[in-house]
Amino acid sequence: MGLRSFFDRIEPNFTKGGKYEKLFPIYEMVESFIYTPKTVTTAAPHARSYVDMKRIMTYVVIATIPCILFGMWNTGYQANAALAVLGPEAATGWRIAILQALGISLDPTSLFGNTVHGLLYFLPIYLTTLIVGGIWEVIFATVRGHEVNEGFLVTSMLYTLIMPATAPLWQVALGISFGVVIGKEVFGGTGKNFLNPALVGRAFLYFAYPANMSGDAVWTPVDGFSGATALAVSAADGYQALAADGISWMSAFLGTIQGSFGETSTLACLFGLGFLLMTKIANYRLIVGCLAGTIAFTWLLNLIGSDTNPMFAMPWYWHVVLGGYAFGLAFMVTEPVSASHTNLGRYIYGALIGVMVVLIRVVNPAFPEGMMLAILFGNVFAPLIDYFVVQANIKRRARRHV
Amino acid sequence: MSQTRKELLVDPLVDNNPITLQVLGICSALAVTSSLQVAFVMALAVTFVTGFASMFISMLRNQIPGSIRIIVQMVIIASLVILVDQILKAYAFQISKTLSVFVGLIITNCIVMGRAEAFAMKNPPVASFIDGVGNGLGYGLILMLVGVIRELFGSGSLFGITILPTVNNGGWYVPNGLLLLPPSAFFVIGLLIWAFRTWKPNQVEEREYKIQQVEAH
Repeated sequence: MGLRSFFDRIEPNFTKGGKYEKLFPIYEMVESFIYTPKTVTTAAPHARSYVDMKRIMTYVVIATIPCILFGMWNTGYQANAALAVLGPEAATGWRIAILQALGISLDPTSLFGNTVHGLLYFLPIYLTTLIVGGIWEVIFATVRGHEVNEGFLVTSMLYTLIMPATAPLWQVALGISFGVVIGKEVFGGTGKNFLNPALVGRAFLYFAYPANMSGDAVWTPVDGFSGATALAVSAADGYQALAADGISWMSAFLGTIQGSFGETSTLACLFGLGFLLMTKIANYRLIVGCLAGTIAFTWLLNLIGSDTNPMFAMPWYWHVVLGGYAFGLAFMVTEPVSASHTNLGRYIYGALIGVMVVLIRVVNPAFPEGMMLAILFGNVFAPLIDYFVVQANIKRRARRHV
Repeated sequence: MSQTRKELLVDPLVDNNPITLQVLGICSALAVTSSLQVAFVMALAVTFVTGFASMFISMLRNQIPGSIRIIVQMVIIASLVILVDQILKAYAFQISKTLSVFVGLIITNCIVMGRAEAFAMKNPPVASFIDGVGNGLGYGLILMLVGVIRELFGSGSLFGITILPTVNNGGWYVPNGLLLLPPSAFFVIGLLIWAFRTWKPNQVEEREYKIQQVEAH
């Protein structure tokens, strides 16, 4: 119990009147990260549950583990496979130097070699996100006197998983700053953000530095290698052309294709989603709504057809395994704060995103991927959907009691 | 008249700024601030129109029938705007092309109408002129601030002169493409309003609601 008594001994320095009174949020952050929070709710309404915010946030981080592990392996695999094609002269940079110094092979068939290679891409981005975003969190917590909570761990993990492996670190830092400050803190912090902070940061980078965030050269971290994403190929030549690139439906489902860190594998996202549904953090209505919207709208587009735009013909089971669809569905559509809060509203909110993502992918030639924009669009509409659902309910009940 | 002429001129710059306090004229502020030169010309044009529109309306204020006052005000404002538009087309054609429809839209700029309705209809011409110019300058000040941020970080230059050499021209600065898109002005103006209200806390609006704090039993 040395740690507990250590905390108890230094606590008076941070509480009111203490020497470091202003730094209380930092003390509280470390203490509540290790022990359960001591404070209890004083404002109504009181809801009693064992699932507090700390537990919710920790569960979401746990749910992303399959995506993290698979993402590391896949990033390394894509890099090693590209190196195998381009030859040893393309193998440059500090990561290669570390790998060679440790005697780890660059063979794309080696599970361990791929994972370590991917880890060396994952870690710098994740650490930058944690440090820069953490600094903003602490600044706001200190000035405003609220506590730093585990919500930031979720934001930083999701943000890292939707970055391309080649993202320059200063852009990563800029993006998470924008996401945390504009996406969350200006509205009052965790629980008051109506947009998903990780997506706000990603969208900022997408519009600010499109050359580093989209296109053909950013997904596989090897200089001189360029390969279009599956969605870009489909937009140009139709999904049938994917087979020529060696992308089958199964490989897209398992995730051995190019893309951002954590979003390529639909299977890994399904593991995470299953965990979130089981722990009742994700609401199944959001998933049902989103999938129904996508399936219905894709089916409609398939019926309409188009001679000039091959995306019209893409069936729904391809839509859900490509790009960020599965990742967005599992971790971002289901985010409870920015989604609708009424049960009927959840179906509508999900369906709105499901339709929008297909609409952006198929009809807008400027954006081959639409999940990020569709979810942000849905976030903006969530309060409005709730408003109408609540008003309809009030009207219905008023009629009952004439 | 409760305010001195100096107050009429200086007040709208910070304390009663038409953009950051009254949140008027946002539409044109989004559209014309991607480069400083255009923002500067727009600021001049609006200052000219607001000043003289207020003055002329104030001169006529006792003759204008209340029921058609908006129409009369619009005629005066529109004449001035057409004048500005023609001058720009004659002497600064390139800028006039960039500003395109937004010079014409000064007619509907809420700041011009707002000053005419709120001040010029009740005050003598000289004071109205100063008030109009002050508000035009307040608008211009924000336009220039937003313009500096957007042009400097969006294209690495100020007034078209390179400050941060961009990577496309062999320099080191990677321009931020978002700042060249009109929505970015929303963020910049929002942050400016935040900064202004932190500096002058009396500009902060009252809360519309309060979360009840209940003592634990």
